[in-house]
Amino acid sequence: MIKHDIVIVGGGPAGMAAAVAAYDRGVTDVVIIDREDTPGGILRQCIHNGFGLHKLGQELTGPEYATVYAVKVAERGIKVYTGTTVLSVTQDRIVTATGREGIVQIQAGAVVLTMGCRERSRGALNTPGTRPAGVFSAGTAQKLINIDGYMPGKKAVILGSGDIGLIMARRMTLEGAKVEAVCEIMPYSGGLTRNIVQCLEDYDIPLYLGTTVVEIHGKKRLEGVTIAQVDENRREIPDTRRYIECDTLLLSVGLVPENELTIAAGISMDRVTGGAIVDENCHTEISGIFARGNVLHVHDLVDYVSDEAERAGCGAADYVKNGVQAGEYIPVKAVGGVRYVIPQHINRNATGEISLFMRVAQPSGKARITARQGETILATATKLKTAPGEMEKLIIRPGLLGTGEITVEIEQL
Amino acid sequence: MERYDVLIAGAGVTGGMIARELSRYNLSVCLLEKENDVACGATKANSGIIHGGHDPVPGTLKARLNAIGNPMLFEACRQLNVPHRRNESMVCAFGPDEEPAVDRLYQRGLENGIEGLEVITGDMARQLEPALSTQITKALLIKNSGIVCPYSLTIAAVGNAMDNGVTLKRNFEINKIEKTDGLFTVCSANGETVQGEYLINCAGCAADKIAAMAGDGFYTINPRAGEYMLMDKSEGGRVSRTIFQTPGKEGKGILVTPTVHGNLLTGPTAQAVDSGDSTFTSAQQLEKIQRLAAKSVPGVNFRQVITSFSGVRSSVDGGDFIIRMSDKVEKFAHVAAIDSPGLTCCVSIAVYVVDMLAQAGLKLTEKENWNGTREDPLAFSKMDMDQKNKVIAENPAYGKIVCRCETITEGEIMESLTRQPVALDLDGVKRRTRSGMGRCQGGFCSPYIMKLIAQHTGTDMTAVTKNGGSSYIAVHKL
Ligand SMILES: Cc1cc2nc3c(=O)[nH]c(=O)nc-3n(C[C@H](O)[C@H](O)[C@H](O)COP(=O)(O)OP(=O)(O)OC[C@H]3O[C@@H](n4cnc5c(N)ncnc54)[C@H](O)[C@@H]3O)c2cc1C
Repeated sequence: MIKHDIVIVGGGPAGMAAAVAAYDRGVTDVVIIDREDTPGGILRQCIHNGFGLHKLGQELTGPEYATVYAVKVAERGIKVYTGTTVLSVTQDRIVTATGREGIVQIQAGAVVLTMGCRERSRGALNTPGTRPAGVFSAGTAQKLINIDGYMPGKKAVILGSGDIGLIMARRMTLEGAKVEAVCEIMPYSGGLTRNIVQCLEDYDIPLYLGTTVVEIHGKKRLEGVTIAQVDENRREIPDTRRYIECDTLLLSVGLVPENELTIAAGISMDRVTGGAIVDENCHTEISGIFARGNVLHVHDLVDYVSDEAERAGCGAADYVKNGVQAGEYIPVKAVGGVRYVIPQHINRNATGEISLFMRVAQPSGKARITARQGETILATATKLKTAPGEMEKLIIRPGLLGTGEITVEIEQL
Repeated sequence: MERYDVLIAGAGVTGGMIARELSRYNLSVCLLEKENDVACGATKANSGIIHGGHDPVPGTLKARLNAIGNPMLFEACRQLNVPHRRNESMVCAFGPDEEPAVDRLYQRGLENGIEGLEVITGDMARQLEPALSTQITKALLIKNSGIVCPYSLTIAAVGNAMDNGVTLKRNFEINKIEKTDGLFTVCSANGETVQGEYLINCAGCAADKIAAMAGDGFYTINPRAGEYMLMDKSEGGRVSRTIFQTPGKEGKGILVTPTVHGNLLTGPTAQAVDSGDSTFTSAQQLEKIQRLAAKSVPGVNFRQVITSFSGVRSSVDGGDFIIRMSDKVEKFAHVAAIDSPGLTCCVSIAVYVVDMLAQAGLKLTEKENWNGTREDPLAFSKMDMDQKNKVIAENPAYGKIVCRCETITEGEIMESLTRQPVALDLDGVKRRTRSGMGRCQGGFCSPYIMKLIAQHTGTDMTAVTKNGGSSYIAVHKL
C-alpha cells in the first residue's frame, strides 16, 4: 500500500484549492485524484465568463479559472492522478482507486472529499410521457457543445432557471438553436440576477415562472413538450396546458452533491444540504476525513468554493500535524426562514474567524440575518434582498464564541 | 436470396429462447427483429418475476407451461450467466374481505402442481418482511418464485443462439409475407427479403398483424400497458421478497419487488392502449402506483425514483397463450398472446414449440458441438482486486471507469460493442453493461459512450443513436 499525508478526492476547483492550501500550510505530501484526464472538474466545460471576480479580482472563463489553480498545483509539484476514479474511502482512510495503470490503495493521513455534484435527471422528476432521445441534462448538453463540439438539437425548451439552465439558453442560441422558452416551476428564478439579464433578456428568450413541463412527446426523437402552469403547491392548474414543438429539452432542475463515497464510508450526512455534517474546519464526524466544495453544499459561485476549500486544506494539514483538536462541539441551527447553515457544529476551542454559510428558504426584500448564542449576537448582516439562489455568509469574529447552541435566523425589515 | 430452414419473427424473450433451443440442431435459423436491438418489446419493460405458477387457471397452457417453465428458467439462467435470484414472493390480503382470495390462490396452486406454497398470517408475513403494512392480515408465501433481468436473459439467449450459428437481422420490420412452393418469402419495410421453410410468429403485440400477413389472422391482440416506477438502490433493501396484492377491482394489483440489480420496482398498472409502441407514462398512473405500492409497503420513498417506464402486454380475449401450428398455412407457427407469465415460460415455450415443429415435419438432428453456456458478461465486476489488476495490465481500458454510478469500465463497454449480439446504440450498451442505469441516468457517461460507439463503428457522433431509427443524439458538428 502507498502512503500519502493528504489525499484529495476530486480535482475540481475545491480539490485544487484544498491541495494548495494544505501544501502552503506545510504538509507537502499531498496528492489529488481525479477521474478525468485533466483536472478542473465542471469548470472545463463552463467556457462563459464570470468566474473569479471575488476571489481573483478579474473576470475569467471557467477553464481560465481552473488553469490558475492548476498552475498553483503544478508549481508546488503536487501529484495529480488523472483518469483515476476513487472506488472507496474507509473510516481508517484507505483510499482505493482505479485507473489505466490498475487499482491502487493508498493509506492517507487525511482525506479531503471534493467530488462536486451532479445534476438531477429526468427520471428523478418523473415527468410523464414517452422516453425519446433529445432530453438532456443541461450539463450534458453543455459538455456535448463545449467539449465534444456537437450540437444536441435545433429547437429547445429549457426546464429550470438555475444558472446552468440560463447559461445554456444563451449558449444554444449563440450556436444557432432556437430556444423557445425557459420554464421555472417556482414563482422565482433560482439563478443569479446577472444571468437572467445577460442570458435571457439580452436574447429575448421568454422565462415562464410557475410553469413546468407536464408531458414529453415523440417516439424516437423528441417532438415536443406540453407545459402548464402550477399553483403554489406545484400542482398543475387546469386549462393552462400548452404544446411547444421542439427537438430538445434541457433539464436544469437542481444539483445533488455527489456523496456516494461519503455515504459508503459511513459519514453522517445533513438531510437538507445532501452533504456531510462538518465543523468549522470542514472536518466530518469521521476523524481525518474532510469535505468541501459542491460535495458539501451546492454553491452558485466558484470563488466561494475555492475560498471555503482552503479551509478544508488547512484543516487537513493541521490534522496531519497535530491530530484532532480537543474540545466540545457547539451545534449550529438554522431557524426561521434559513434553510441550512454550514458548519453544522463548531469546536468550542476554535480560534480565528469562523465563517457561516447559509441559504434562505424564500426570496424576500430587505432582511437581516443574525447568528446568536443565547443573548449574544455573534454576527449579523443586513441585505437589501435575499433569494434561495444566492448563498449568504456571516463571519464570527475571534473571541466572541461562548457556550450553548448557536442559531441563525432571518428577519424581514 | 438468403434462405433458412426456420425464420423467427420477433427477437423478444420468446423468439430469442426459441432461437436458442433450435440452435441445438443442424438447422439454419434466422431471427428477424424490427428494432435496432433484441428485447425491445414487452421483454424490455416488465416486472421480471419468475412466477411460481399459483396464478394461471388450472388446465390452461399457461398453467402447464408455468409449472414446468419455472425450474427450466432457473436452469437456463445458470447456464447463460444471467442475473437472477430465487427471492420468493407473497400475495397479501388486506382484511377479511380479501382473505378468501389467498385461500383460493393456494388451492389453485395445488391444482397446478406447485410446491412450496404456504398460507401465513399477517404477523408471520411481517416477521419475514418487516416493512409490510400492518393492514396485511393473511398472505400466500410462494417459495419457488424468483426474479430475473429480462433483457439480460434475452441478450444472453440470442447471443448463445448466435454463438451456435443462428443469424440475427435487426431493423427488419416484416411488412409482407408470401408463400410459394412451400417457402415463405418475408419482406422488410426497407426492402430486404429472406426466405424460409418454417416461420414462427413471436411478434408480441404485432403478432396478430404478422398472422394476418401470413394468411391466418384469426385473433386480435388487445395491447394493455403497465407503468412502473424504478427506485434508486438506496430503496432496494426495502423488501427482499416480491410483494403482490390480491387481485381486486384495480386489476392484479401493484407489486413491490427488489430487482436483481438491487433497485426497487413498483408497478404495473393496467390500461388499454393502441399498440405495442404506446409506452408512455401518465401522471395519473404514476400517482396510482405510488398510492397502491404504499398500501403494501408504506415506507417506500418515492423521492428516490430514478426512472419510470411502461411495457405493453399482448393480451387476447380468453387469456391463454396461443401456441399452435396454423390450421390454414402449413409450417406457420403461432406463438402469440404471450403476456404474463410469458417471461417465466420462455424456456418451456421454446421446448414446446420445437416439439411442435418436429411434429409438423421439421427434422431435428443434434449438433455435436452445441454449447449451451455463455460467458458471464459481468465477470469483470465480480473479480477480486488481484484478478482485476491482471486484466487491467493486459487491457488498460478495464481500469477506466466510464459510468460512475454503476462503476462500469471502458473495457466492459467495449465488450458490449464486440460480443454477440453487439450493442449498436446507447440503450443497447446500457442494457448490456448497466452504464447509465444509475442515479444520474447517463448524464455524465453518455457523451463518452457515444464517442466509443462512433470510434468502434467508424462513424461520426451524429450517427450514434439512443435506440436506432431517428433517435439521434447530436444533430451536427460545430
Ligand atoms: C407490464 C408487464 C409485466 C409483465 N410481468 C411479467 C412477469 O413478472 N413475469 C413474467 O413471467 N412475465 C411478465 N410479463 C410478460 C412478459 O413480459 C412477456 O410475456 C414476454 O416478454 C413476451 O415476450 P415476447 O418475445 O413474446 O414479446 P416481445 O418482447 O414484445 O417481443 C416481440 C418482438 O417482436 C418484434 N416485432 C414486432 N413486429 C415486428 C415485425 N413486423 N417485424 C419484425 N419484428 C417485429 C418486436 O420489436 C419485439 O422485439 C409482463 C408483461 C408486461 C407488459
